[in-house]
Order: sequence, then C-alpha cells, then structure tokens
Amino acid sequence: MVNPRGFITAPEREVPARRPVPLRLMDWKEVYEQGDQAVLRRQAGRCMDCGVPFCHQGCPLGNLIPEWNDLTWRGEGRQAIERLHATNNFPEFTGKLCPAPCESSCVLGINQPAVTIKQVEASIIEQAWNNGWVQPAPPERLTGKTVAVVGSGPAGLAAAQQLTRVGHTVAVFEKEDRIGGLLRYGIPDFKMEKHHIDARLTQMQAEGTRFRAGVEIGVDITWAELRTRYDAVVIATGAPQARDAAIPGRDALGIHYAMEYLTQSNRVQAGDQVVEQISAEGKHVVVLGGGDTGADCIGTAHRQGALSVTNLAIGVQPPNERSEAQPWPMQPTLFEVQSAHEEGGERVYLASTVEFLSNEAGEVRALRVAETEYLDGRRVPKAGTEREIPADLVLLALGFTGVGRTTLDDQLALPFNGSGTLGRHADFTTGETGIFVAGDAGRGASLIVWAIAEGRAAAAAVDTYLQGSSELPAPVRATDRPFAI
Amino acid sequence: MSVPSPMQRFSLVPPAQGLYDPTHERDACGLAMVATLRGTAGHDIIDAALTALRNLEHRGAIGSDAGTGDGAGIITQIPDAFLRAVLPFELPPVGSYAIGTAFLPGDDVQREHEKAGIEAIVVAEGLEVLGWRLVPTDPALIGTLAREAMPVFEQLVVRSTRSDAEGNPLAGAPLDRQCFRARKRAERELGSYFPSLSCRTLVYKGMVTTLQLEPFYPDLSDERFTSKLALVHSRYSTNTFPSWPLAQPFRSIAHNGEINTVQGNRNWMRARQSQLESELFGDLRDIFPIVTPGASDSASFDEVVELLTLGGRSLPHAIMMMVPEAWENQPDLDPALRDFYEYHGMLMEPWDGPAALVFTDGSLVGATLDRNGLRPGRFVVTDDGLVVLASEIGVLDIDPSRIVRKGRLRPGKMFLVDTQLGRLIEDDEIKSELAGMQPWGEWLDGQRINLHDLPEREHIVHTPASIVRRQRTFGYTEEEVRVLLAPMANAGAEPLGAMGSDTPIAVLSDRPRLIFDYFTQQFAQVTNPPLDSIREEVVTSMRLGLGPERNLLDATPRHARQVVLDFPIIDNDELAKIQHIDPRPGSSLTTTIRGLYRVDAGPTSLEERIASMCAEVDDAIADGAEFIVLSDRDSTAALAPVPSLLMLSAIHHHLIRTEKRMQVGLIVEAGDVREVHHCAVLIGYGASAINPYLAMESVENLVRSGMLTGITPEKAVRNIITALGKGVLKIMSKMGISTVGSYAGAQTFEAVGLGREFIDRYFTGTSTVLGGVGIDTIAAENAARHTFAYPATPSVNPHQRLQTGGEYQWRREGPPHLFNPETVFRLQHATRSKRYDIFREYTKAVDDQAENLMTLRGLFRLKTEARTPVPLDEVESISSIVRRFTTGAMSMGAISPEMHETLAVAMNRIGGRSNTGEGGESTERLLDPEKRSAIKQVASGRFGVTSLYLTHATDLQIKMAQGAKPGEGGQLPANKVYPWIARLRHGTAGVGLISPPPHHDIYSIEDLKQLIFDLKRANPVARVHVKLVSQSGIGAVAAGVAKAKADVILISGHDGGTGASPLNSLKHAGTPWELGLAEAQQTLMLNNMRGRVTVQADGQMKTGRDVVIAALLGAEEFGFATAPMVVSGCILMRVCHLDTCPVGVATQNPELRKRFTGTPEFVITFMEFLAQEVREYLASLGFRTLEEAVGRADLLDVDRAVRRWKADGLDLSPILEGPVFDETAPRSKKEEQDHELDEHFDNELIRLSFDALQHGSPVRIDLPIRNTERAVGTMLGHQVTLLHGEHGLAPDTIDVTLTGSAGQSLGAFMPGGITLRLYGDSNDYVGKGLSGGRIIVRPSRDAIFHAERNVIAGNVIGYGATSGEMFLRGIVGERFLVRNSGATAVVEGVGDHALEYMTGGTALILGATGRNLGAGMSGGTAYVYNLRTERVNEAALATGELELSPLDADDRVLVANLLHRHADETESALAARLIAEGDVALDRFVKVLPRDFAAVLATRDTAVMEGLDPDGDVVWGRILEATGG
Repeated sequence: MVNPRGFITAPEREVPARRPVPLRLMDWKEVYEQGDQAVLRRQAGRCMDCGVPFCHQGCPLGNLIPEWNDLTWRGEGRQAIERLHATNNFPEFTGKLCPAPCESSCVLGINQPAVTIKQVEASIIEQAWNNGWVQPAPPERLTGKTVAVVGSGPAGLAAAQQLTRVGHTVAVFEKEDRIGGLLRYGIPDFKMEKHHIDARLTQMQAEGTRFRAGVEIGVDITWAELRTRYDAVVIATGAPQARDAAIPGRDALGIHYAMEYLTQSNRVQAGDQVVEQISAEGKHVVVLGGGDTGADCIGTAHRQGALSVTNLAIGVQPPNERSEAQPWPMQPTLFEVQSAHEEGGERVYLASTVEFLSNEAGEVRALRVAETEYLDGRRVPKAGTEREIPADLVLLALGFTGVGRTTLDDQLALPFNGSGTLGRHADFTTGETGIFVAGDAGRGASLIVWAIAEGRAAAAAVDTYLQGSSELPAPVRATDRPFAI
Repeated sequence: MSVPSPMQRFSLVPPAQGLYDPTHERDACGLAMVATLRGTAGHDIIDAALTALRNLEHRGAIGSDAGTGDGAGIITQIPDAFLRAVLPFELPPVGSYAIGTAFLPGDDVQREHEKAGIEAIVVAEGLEVLGWRLVPTDPALIGTLAREAMPVFEQLVVRSTRSDAEGNPLAGAPLDRQCFRARKRAERELGSYFPSLSCRTLVYKGMVTTLQLEPFYPDLSDERFTSKLALVHSRYSTNTFPSWPLAQPFRSIAHNGEINTVQGNRNWMRARQSQLESELFGDLRDIFPIVTPGASDSASFDEVVELLTLGGRSLPHAIMMMVPEAWENQPDLDPALRDFYEYHGMLMEPWDGPAALVFTDGSLVGATLDRNGLRPGRFVVTDDGLVVLASEIGVLDIDPSRIVRKGRLRPGKMFLVDTQLGRLIEDDEIKSELAGMQPWGEWLDGQRINLHDLPEREHIVHTPASIVRRQRTFGYTEEEVRVLLAPMANAGAEPLGAMGSDTPIAVLSDRPRLIFDYFTQQFAQVTNPPLDSIREEVVTSMRLGLGPERNLLDATPRHARQVVLDFPIIDNDELAKIQHIDPRPGSSLTTTIRGLYRVDAGPTSLEERIASMCAEVDDAIADGAEFIVLSDRDSTAALAPVPSLLMLSAIHHHLIRTEKRMQVGLIVEAGDVREVHHCAVLIGYGASAINPYLAMESVENLVRSGMLTGITPEKAVRNIITALGKGVLKIMSKMGISTVGSYAGAQTFEAVGLGREFIDRYFTGTSTVLGGVGIDTIAAENAARHTFAYPATPSVNPHQRLQTGGEYQWRREGPPHLFNPETVFRLQHATRSKRYDIFREYTKAVDDQAENLMTLRGLFRLKTEARTPVPLDEVESISSIVRRFTTGAMSMGAISPEMHETLAVAMNRIGGRSNTGEGGESTERLLDPEKRSAIKQVASGRFGVTSLYLTHATDLQIKMAQGAKPGEGGQLPANKVYPWIARLRHGTAGVGLISPPPHHDIYSIEDLKQLIFDLKRANPVARVHVKLVSQSGIGAVAAGVAKAKADVILISGHDGGTGASPLNSLKHAGTPWELGLAEAQQTLMLNNMRGRVTVQADGQMKTGRDVVIAALLGAEEFGFATAPMVVSGCILMRVCHLDTCPVGVATQNPELRKRFTGTPEFVITFMEFLAQEVREYLASLGFRTLEEAVGRADLLDVDRAVRRWKADGLDLSPILEGPVFDETAPRSKKEEQDHELDEHFDNELIRLSFDALQHGSPVRIDLPIRNTERAVGTMLGHQVTLLHGEHGLAPDTIDVTLTGSAGQSLGAFMPGGITLRLYGDSNDYVGKGLSGGRIIVRPSRDAIFHAERNVIAGNVIGYGATSGEMFLRGIVGERFLVRNSGATAVVEGVGDHALEYMTGGTALILGATGRNLGAGMSGGTAYVYNLRTERVNEAALATGELELSPLDADDRVLVANLLHRHADETESALAARLIAEGDVALDRFVKVLPRDFAAVLATRDTAVMEGLDPDGDVVWGRILEATGG
C-alpha cells in the first residue's frame, strides 16, 4: 500500500523553513513558516512501512507512525488524525516540542536521513484543527467514580482526558493560575503558541474534565482531604526542582533559575503584568547549561533585546553524527541547532564556571570560566585557563533534580527515590492505595512524549483500580526506559 | 466382541503412538499390465507379467530388513485348467464358480473358527462352498518382518445356489455380486480379508519383493496357470512395516500414485450410503461401510470401483466417473462427452491426485492416467497381439521387429484391451460410446440451474457505521483492512509478504483468534506433488454443482438438478438469487438458518445453538429444502454470531453422521471470512459456496470512502472474489488437488491446539495431535470480540475504530514477535561489538518471549536435575559444535551478492556450511574454497544446476518445500533479474524467473528416489539432503525419504523462510519444527531407519536453547537463516520481494547494495556465541558432546508450562514421550546408506573411457542397455567434469552407442564431450539437467513401425537442461523441455505442457503437440511444424507474452540446418521428407518466441551497436522499460 520506493526517489529530508531571524526576533510567534503540502506528502512517502517499525518502538506513546505516514502520503488527513489520536492525546504538543526519539530510531536513519516524522505529525494535527476534525468525545455514561489529577502538565492532562472518556469524573488541580503546567509557563511561544493549549482545554472541558487552577494541594487543600474527596488521585506534579550551581558568588544579584525567567516571560506574553520582571533587555546574558531550557532562554533573551548571549556548557560539544557508543536505534546526543541557536549568541563548550563575580552593588558582572578537563571521568576546571565573561544576567539551566520536598513529604509519606522523584511501582501505583504517580514526578525530568505516555498508562491503571479491568491502552510501564547499552 | 478391520490384520503397522499415526502412511509404485489379443490364454502372459514386475524392482522399495519388500502382486483371469488340476473337487464350468484366497490366522483353532464363520456367511448369501485349498508358499524366501505378519493362505471355492431366468446357476457378474456381498459381510462381521473373491479374476499378492513373488507362490510358475491378461504391481511404502492386505493389485485395480482427496471422498461415500439403492444388490445395509476404515487410498478407490461396476456400470464408465479427464477447459471436446462428465460430476466428485491406474474385470483390461498425467504409462503392441503397458518402457525384451506400435498413456485418456474380442479400444471409442449411452445433455438442460439464469436482485449498500460495527464483531483489524483487503480489492490477488512468521500460533496467543487460525493447511510433499495452478490452469476447475446428490447407483434426469457455480465464492447478489430460487411462487428451495446465540450465556449457549441449528437443518430437509444457507448475519448486542466454520462443519458432520448430507447443498454467508485461508477451510469442511459478505462490504466502503481510488465498488468486489477464489485454487494445488469439487469436504487440514473431543464432535476425522482448547475457549474468544463491538463504554478510545493488528508487521499493541526492535537491536549490537554479555541479553529476551507462550519449545523445560552437570571445559569445543551449523537456503537473486557471499565466507571459515539457495552459483565462487557455498540446492527451477555445480558440492539439497510457502514455487520478479543474476540462472536479464511448485521429475516418492539416485551419480561423494516442511504425517514422509536413500533429511519449521510468499502460506501452512522433528525422529526410529540418515532442523532458530531443544528432539545439524541476516544488517523490513531492501541485504539494486554493512566476522561471532551457549546448556545437562544429546527427548518436560488461558488444554506429551525404544536403538546417524554406486552402469563406461578421461583421446563404446539401468552417462559425466572442468571434453570425445530400452534419466547432467546414441527407446527424464552432452535416441534399425507416429521417450525430457543437444526420433511425453535454459532439442512430437518455463535454448518440434504449449515460457525459441494455435497456452497468447510468427531468413537457415542434422543423426524419415519439401515445409513452421525475451535481445543488440555496455545501467533501464519489469 505504501510508497515502496519513496525513500529512494526522495533521499533527503525536507522540513518547512524557519522565518528569517531578524523577522522572527521581532515577535514571539512560532518560528516555522507554513509547510508545503506537496513536500510534506513526499516526505511522508519516504516512510518504508517497515516490518519492524523501530520508530513505533522509539516513541513511548507507540504512535502508529507508518500508518499515518502512509495516510498522509495518500492525502487522507481525516484518517490520519484518527490513527494519530488513537495513541496520542495531544499531537500538537509533541509535534512541536518532542525531540523525536522516533526519528532517531527510524530505520531509514541507518544509512539515510530519517523521515520527518515529527513534521508529519504536526501537520496532521494542524490540518485537523483547521478542518474542525478535532471534536470532544464525551463519555456516554458516567461511572460515578471521581479522580483528582494533581498537576496540569502533559502527564496530568493526558491522564485526565483518558479517565474522563472512560466515564470517571475528573478534576485537574493546578497550583498556578492557568492550566498547562510546564507547557504553559515553561515553553516560550516561539516554540508553541499557547492557543494550542487553550483549544485542547476547551475540548477537554466539553468532554467533562474539570479544571481547578490556582489550587495548591497540600496548601489550599490537604492531601488527606483530597483522598477523602476522590476515589483516586493521580500525582502529576512534574519534577520542577531546578539544579543549582554551587559556585562561589552564587548569591550575587542577577543570577536566576531559567524556569523563573521563562515563566515570567511567558506570563507577560499571556498579557499579565509582572512586577520587576527579569529581563535581558540591554544586558549581557550568560546561560549556563546547553540543553533545551538553555536554548529557550537564549531565544527569549534575544527577543527581549539582550546585548549579547553566551551559552556555556560544561561538557564537550556533542558530535554531529551518531557515535559508536550510541548505536542506532538509540537516541544519540548530537550537536543541535535549535531555532534559538540560529538567532544569535555564542555557544561555548568545555566551559567550567569557577566563580560569579559581582560589582559593588552585589550585582553579577562577570563569570570566571575555565576550560573543563576530564580527570578520572570527573569534569574539573583546568588550572590556568580561567578567563572572564561579562554578564549582567545569568540564567541557570542546569537541569532538574526532582519533585522537591514539598507537602507530599509530610502529608502523604510517599517514599522518594535518590533522584528526588516519587517512588512507585511499574503499574504507577504507590504504597498508598488509590494514589498514582505519573510523568516527571515519578520518572524525573523527561520528554513530553514520555509524560503523555505515562499519563495514558496511569489512566489505565487508575481505571483498573476503580473498575477491576480497563479497556484503556497502557503504552508504557513506569519502569520502561529507552533502549540503551 | 469388536471385529478387527481386515486391513489391519496380517500387518506389523504399529498403532498410533506419540506423534506417529499410521493414517499418514503413503505408498507409490510401479505397475504393469500384459494382455493378449490372440484370444487364447497362456502361461506366457503370466510369465511376461512377472518378468515385467521384476524389471520394475527399482520402483519398489525395501525396508530396514533387507528381505522384506513393500509388497508385490498379480491379478489374472481364473486359471481354470490349473484349478481343475489342483483342486481335489469337481468344478462347475468356468464363470459359474468363484475363487479367492483368504488371509487366515496361523493359529489352527482360530483359523477353523474363522473359516466356519465365512462358510456360514457364504451360505447365507446363497452360495455353496465347494471347498478350500491351502495355497502353497515358500516363506523361507521372504524377510523376517514379512514372515512375522504372514497369514495362512487358503483358497475358497464357491458357486451360486441361485439361478437366473433360464434356470442356470448364476455366473459372471451376478455371481460376483453374491461374492461381493459375502466377502463384505465376512470383512465386517469377522474381519476376514480376501485379496479377491470372484468368478472372473484371481489375485496373488503379499509382502514380497518383485523378485520373490513368483517363487513365494509356486502356483504362478505352473505352466497350467494361464490367462489372457495379467496386472502386476510393485509397491513402495513410506514405512518399513509389512502389511499383507495393503499389497496390490486390489480386486479390480492397481494404482500408482496418490489420491489426495481421499479423506473427502471417503466422507462423501459414507454420506451417500443412505441413498444407495440397487435392485441388483439387495439390502446394502448389511455390507456398509462401502469404504473400509484403515485402508489405503488405493484400497478405498478399489472398493468404490467395485461398487459401481457390480452396481451395473461398465468398468470404463466407473473409472471415468472417478477419474474424469480435465474436460472443463477443453474447447475441442465432443459436447456429448462434456455432458457426460458434467452430469457425472453431479453424482460424484473426482478422486483426484496423481494416478496411473490399471484395471480389469477379467475380460477387459485397461489403464488410465489422472487429468494431469502425473504418472508415466508406456505401452507396446506386437504383431502377434501382445499388449504390454507399464510404468516404464522396456520391462520386457521384445524383438524390435515385432513391435507395431509404441505409445504412452496421456493425461485423462484411457487405453483398453478387450481380451474377449481380441482388440484394442481407443479412448475416443470408449468415451463416445458412453457419451451416447443416455441423453446426458438433455437431462442437464432440463434440470440444471445456472446462476446467471436466475433473476437479478437489487444490490444493498450498507452504511459505514454498520460496517465498522460488524468489522469489530468479527475481529477485523486495521492491519487486515490495510494489508489484506485493500490490496486484494485493488489487484484481485492475494498480497505477498516476506521473512516468515514469528508470532504465536493461535493456541499460544493470548488474544482472541478466529477459529480458522487453529487449522493449518496440509500440502503435498514428496509422496504427491503440488500442482501448478497458474501455468497448468487448464487442468484445474473451480466449478461446482450445488445442491442435492441422489442415488449413486442410479442415473436419472433428476440427478442433474443442481445449481452450477463457476466459482465457489459468491457475492451478495448471487447469494440473494440462490435464496430466491422459487420453483413455484411462494415456495423456496433454500432455507437460511441464522447462526446467532446469546453471548452472555456463554459456551453452553453456543453449544445449544449449534445443536438447535442441526435440528433446524433436519427440519428444513424434511420440508424439502435443497439449499441451506448458514448465516452469521444480523448479530446484535445480545446475539453473537456463531463462528462460521464451526457451524458449517458441525452441520456438515451432523448430516454425514445421519446420512442426510447428500440431500442438501451448504452455503455459508459469513462475516468472519476475509482471507484466502478462511475460504479454503470452509470449502475443505464441506461448504459448496461462500459469501464473505463483510469482506465485500468492507471493500465497497473503502472505495466509497475514497480510501481506494481508481476502481469502482463493483470491481473491488469482483477483485475480492477473484483473489479469494484464485487463492483457494492455489491452496488446493498445494495439496495436489485440481478441482474444487473434490477439494470440497476433503478436510486437508490439521488442527493445532484444538481439543480432541471438540474436534471429534465438530471436525470429525481431523488430526489434532496436541489436543487443546474446546468450545469454552472458542466461545470466550468470540465473546471478547463481541465485547469490543458492543463496549460498555463506547467512548473509551474514540479514535480506535478497529484493533490495530500486528500479525504481519510488528506493532506494540499487537501480538508479540520473536524478532522485535529489542531483539534485533541486541543481536546486532552483540555480534558487531563481540559482546557475549549482550548476546545473552538477546537470547534471554528471545527465550523469555518464547517461554511466554510464543513457541512450543518455549513450553519445554530442560530436566537438568535428572543429570549430573559436567564442567564447561570438558564439553566439546566451539569449533567442533559450529560444524553442525548451516545457513538457510537463500538464493543469490533473492539476497544480494554481498549478503550471500558473507554467509558463505563465514561458514567456510568455521567449517559450517552455507547454502546456495536455488539460484545457482557463479563459476568464480564455485571454484573458490573460501567463497563457495558448500550446500548446493537443487530446486524445482533447477537454476544453474550444471554438472560443474553438482560436482563441486559438499552437500546437495533437494528442496521439496520451503517453510514460508510449502507447496508453492518461487518467483524472481523481472526487476531483480539483473544481468549477473541472469547469467547465474541461465535466464535473460530483465525477464522474470519462476520456479514451478513441483519438481517436474518428482511426482511420487519413487521419483524422488530416482532424483537422489541421479544426484548421487552426478556427485558420488556429496551427501544428498531432502528438505521437508513440518506437517503432521511428515514422519511417514521422512521414513519414505530415508528408504529412498537420502543421506540427510532437513525438517523445516512452518515459520521460517526468508523469501516472498502469499500471506496465507506464511501464516497457515505447515507446523512448528518441534512437532515435525519429533514426529520424524519417532517414525524413523519405529521404522528402524534412524541410523541411516542425518537429521537437520531449521526454522526461526535463534538461540542456544533452540539448538539444544532441537538436538534433544532428534536433530544433529541446525540451520539458521533470519538470525544471521539480522546479524548482517537485516531489520525485517519484510519487503524482500520489492527489491527495496534499505540495508542492501535482500536487493539487487546496486545503490541499495552499497548500504550493506555485514561482514563474515559478525556472522562468525554469532555462530560462535550460539555454540558457546550450546556448550553451557550441554554442561548443565551433563553432556560432553552434542552427539550425546541427540534424541534425548526424555530430558525435556512441560511441567512448568505456564498454565494460562488457551495453553491449558494442550498436551505436549506426544512430542516428548512417543514410542519406547531399546536403549541401544540408534538415535542419530550411525551408518551410511548403501547407494549401490559400485553396481552402476557407468563404472563400465568409465573404465572404457580411460583414454578419453586421462588424455582426451576419443573413445567409442558399444553396449546393450535395459530399463533398469538408470542415469546412464551421469557418473561418467561427473568424472569428465572433475577432470576437465566446466567445459568438459571436445565434442564427441566419448561416443557411446547403446542398444535397448534405457532406464530413466538417460544422460542426466551430462557435460560436453560425451555423446550417447541409443538405438531403441527411453524412459522419463532423458537429458535432465543436460550440461553440454549430446543425446540421440532413435528406434532400432530393425523397427518396422513409423517412428514419427510412435513414442520414443517418456515425460519431462530435458528438464532443466543448460546446454547440449538432443535428437529424438519419435514422439515424447508430457512436459518436454521444462525449464530448458540452453540446450537444443529436435523431436517429432510432444505431449501436453511442452516448453513449460523454458528460459533459453532451442526446440524444433516436427510433429503434433499436446495442450498448453509454452506455459510460462520466458526465453529461448521454439519452431513447431504445423502448430495448432489452440494448443498454445491460452493466457500467454491472450496477453501477447508469446509471439507466433513465420520464420525469417535466419530462422530458415537454422531450422534447415537442424533438420539436416536430425536426419543425419537419427535417419529420420520425417526429417528427410521435410528436407525434400524444402521451402514448402519451412513455410509451415511457426516460430514461438517470448515477447519480453525478444525485446531484451533486441535492446541489447541495439545497445551493442551504439557502443553501450549491454550490462550497464543505461541498457538496464531500457530493458526494464521494454519488459515492464
């Protein structure tokens, strides 16, 4: 059925262009231009419809990638969104934000550029929204059971939608003032505009999911009260605890966690007033940490009008090609040029920050940075290589260390793992009957696609708990990890 | 007291035990008839027949005990003079007494008791006992085993006490009818066995060799013992157990071949019994069943012939009813004869399968062949009226100057001698007489209902929502819609897949499966050939009469009242027509019964509904219904559909049991049917027509919803019908069955995983060796689907229309696959990085999955506690274990040169063996010890099978079947036939190459024996393997193959296979190797044959545990195919057939081949890791060598088998336990087969050719020859090739003149430099695989007959020839030059299917041709004198694949030259005449040229003129454009 020779006749990847840097820096809108349908279909036609589709394994959701590639190639958008929604509640989120482990494991990727799976996904759902094919699917009857979902990021929302559709009455609690968790305040608009979240929330509300923003469990309502009030509780609070930099001079003013900075920026984009917003405008900005969050900071800083942006990463620059230590179909660490990287700034590798230097006002003015040296596998600053990098604003994007010792600790007595996440079983249950943990809260900071997969799987576990069995799909176990050697 | 079946007495055939089941036993044979036209009986006829029998010795076989033959026997007329001389009592006139030998027990008391019982019956039947005579025998001559089972032989002589109208005692047929009743009653009531009891014929037979028959029965040597006719038979059984009653001839026939439909024929005979009625017989109930249980197919056939003839039909009439010729597709057949066949087709289905039959009623003696002509039959007639017909020519030495005629039996044609009138009766005469016997045509016209004559009905279109709902009800998956239905609707053909199947079989699957999935297709291998339903479509028929059948012993117009269907799959409108057949307004002949039951009430409800349906059918029949539609339509949330197969088979068997089955036709209106396999099973269990309504509505919906474009809904439905119907035809042909009429009800399936009780109740007569689930599980599976269709919460997954599936392509929510991303990843990484720890992770993942109910072996546990472990370092080394490893047969062509060579290099380095596959091997690699493949395969296409190829083999493997598609041929599509592939295969670049389903030189087990014989002579030091696919009954086949002297038997699992295959074959044919291997081991041991053969196993073998389990079950060597490919980069795309393999493994595309990353080192690492794992298991089992573990099934148990849902009812003990053997019985190969190489004719030739072989100097040799000298020239050819290489010696260096009748395979595989000149005639397979040699066959100079009108050589001449020349002065048999790829042959007339699959070379045919000339011919050129266009393959002409044209100037030169050479070599009168006629004659020749072949030649010629490389890319592009490849 599929195009058998597409990968031979179209050997290269083609993705929509990003808007010109000067133009896109003038606004906060998404950076990609409208894609060309013909190109998209050609790319979808490169899919080989493998006997063993590794992409389908590489995707934690188990997206039926060959099937909707084929449907896209044949122009069957309506069918394609059905097959896409069959495994993924929110393809617009993953289509924009997922780092696409599917593409890393694409069989074509063994010796040719992988199929542009993520782009196909994004286009399918975009077309579906445009055509009104995304409709609420409310349950026909209710079970009379209630579920509280704590946290409204992708894991919580996925769990909520699944549980609502089975017929449970689901309330989603969010401590922030808007629903969406990291999606809402962690991700800059140039990566994903927030109306996408709103559209989904509208659909979910129509299906019957209830949203309670601005309610912090453990503070506004105790966990015990929550348990009493609901038949089951899903903890999907994420792993927001930022990793700090224990470096001399850390207490200087102008050193902030990236998430604090991004959240403020996102609030402003949402139309809120933020008092004393951390802004890069007119500043020399240094971003510590070479990951996605770091890139988000870079893009945000440029849009705010930074004088310069320097991105420091402690390790080596990742290779452009997959290394032997990360054979196909593993997801390799590669040197990436995200949209933010194109927009300016300097990326420095093997940069070990030795000290934050401040002016007399206690404001940070520079970083003392040495070259990283590997000693017995440890990364240490190499003596004698120190130099100063001027900085008015330092953003720490060094990763996350877990859930954070919050009210969960004393109110619920759930065990914490060494990694700072909540202990749970392979089936998302915990030592506390009726309490389930989904997403980063259990897994640690991970990809959005894992969060949605966990939300779906946890929903199945909750449903089984409530009804004895479940027809909901469970794409992953809590213990599943990507292939590694 | 229960009466033993007479067929099971005087027999050492063991009862069923373990996996062995005696019902699987098969036999085949040689036969002969001798008769005289002179009108007087003589002992010379007996002598001649016995001499002929002795000269057929090589067609029989001998068991493990050297003296015990498989059986031989003779029928003669009543030797009246002899009997009068030896009987101590007076006899009435000949014809009015009957005599027959009783097989009686050795115990005196029992014998007297039985004789008394017989006498009582005889008297009760109106006969008088004249006396008994002890038949003299010489038991000392025969084998020990035969003697152990030997009865005492006493002849009973009777006469009638009843008189005819004139007052004379009954004689002739009426007396025989009385004897028939008496004998049948003695069989039923006492278990007695009489080889015959007749006033017209007498049978002597026994468990003797052809040489022993006469001395064993001294009667036969008595000069007074005379006859005008005699039939003899030499049997080849697949077992070594003597069984005296199974020797042939039977009472009226002797049969060489196999009745593939016998199970159905027996069922139908039983069903017919209630309607049998004849004044001639009296009350038939006394003698039922007509068909004795436990008999062989030939015996059952004989019993029905006997019924029909004694019931009043003539012998030819009965034979024509049972073995009709292929009348359906013969436009030039006499219409009256066509009517005869059509009418009789409504009375009885054909008994189909390869058959040469000789038959006699005591005065007529005749012979016929099956419709396909799959057995040989040759005859001569002398000037003094001697007629000799036999499986071979030359069985009697007859002075050539006395012979007036030499002929052959032709497919479906009959040959009859009336010894009374002293004349031959030709086929035309016999048949036109029968055709005129009744106004068959008028009867048909008056009664028959043609579907297209019935009034049209309005077409109903169902809504998409309803279709989806019902798709869910019947468990449709997205995958099935996408992978099966849409392609079928689009292309009208079943789609292909590749790389075997690695998902759980139904009973091991933890998800609901359709009941169809529990049935696997049986297929023909070795003992009976598959057919070629595509290239030989003319002999097949999908036409079926639907409706009641009436008294078989009568013939009335009313018998013709049936609905005639051209195709067994019908659409909704056609079904509606049948449902509205109204003979009178308001009445209907059709009753529709809905198979729906209350799903919430569980299995009981299902069971009760089936019972009530049976009752409803009974009522409908009582009310006069003639057609019953069993329907699963109209299910609701409360009412679930009964699985269609279950309701059909339950009712079919209910009606057989109650003997009402013949009163109605059964039609199934089934929503669950969407695969070819489903249709096949339904027809196999008795459906006359199937309406797969939901499959059709689904594709209509695909078109209407825009998912399928460029096609109308009507066309999509027609395509589905075509795809399903053609697919069924292919499944039939895999079993060697050519007409759907005889496939229907034939039950050619075995069940895997269904409980015995369930099977006995609903699928009576089906084999299910492991037991399994019953109605509870079937109901539960049905309920699960129903719940999905009517879910409690419909919104649970609003986007999931159907289940995803994942049977063909891996899906996470689908069934598990042994090869999945994780196992592929770990295996590749382990072998690439040489990490044994990761390899163990891989094997653990595979073994864990296997254990998790994916494979049978996964359920086994190694009983390590029963043994004391040994230290690992005491276990034999890795390098010693890897020598037992082989890689699978994958052809260069299917896989890339890089992949192929990687495997060869790896295996050569470690001392294992790689396999060429069927695609030949390049000379460079062939002669390179590092790169050659040690195992050379000989498959049906014989690609590149030359003397050089055979000579340089370590092992030669005859591929009888392959796991992915047993019973089917292969195809290399045009776009994969790159120039380098074309050279290897002796084909044409850009022209597709096809391997036929059967080996055209193996239509029976004695043919396989012959091919083994030939190959052993083509390379005496190579081991000859026979590759079989696991299925139940494989044990018998394996024993037969061991008796045929194979050195190695390979048992392939059903799931292996790397090539392309229709999806139904991939999933539904064959069984896991665990079963086949265990059955083969048990049966070989029971037959005491195990020590003579090496046993190999392969099929999805992946881990050390797999190897050890195979060893414990009996394998000594182990094959791997998929795993080493994965190691080399294969990622199971499963698109091998598309030439788009993205990793360069299974493609010829140069660009894609560059992507190949495998190396021999990876493969070696894999093999060594495997061996290391094997060592670890051996150590834990306390074995120091693998050899010690072979056959130790006692070290396996299934206690730990996960007791879950379906596996619960499985009983694996037959695999593990089986028969008990002596400790000392060999469990592995201990001794070599005796190939009798020292006795071969060629030893003399080699001796006489010394000068030529050593010095290349010419030699002349002159020797007599006879039919028992086979493969003459082959071993000499081997010596030539060995000493002189690829091109042999200079032409005619060794010039051999032979005189007489040559045995089979004259000049097989003979290389250049040898010329054989035969004066006389020859049998089948002349010039098989000819590799450059020259063969001239011409009649003796003394012959008086016209050579061009007589037969000079047999069937399948020049099969697979690659070069060389043949000049044959006379007519030859069927399938001339099949797959010739380079030889030149001149002949004066040919039979059916000539030039089939020819890909190169030149044929000059100077006389008439049979039907179906040039089927599948894709290369080479033929010139045919006075070609009758209607004899050319119809499809090839219609599509223009073959072009017919007059000769051009070059052709005229070529033909004239060949005519001259033919005349010179053979003194052909015909050639001389044509030469004399000059241009007038040349004008009458027609050139037959395949279009694509011509186009490619022209394209290449043009390219050369343009200065382009004819093998370059530019030209390749042009070639593909020209051929559409």
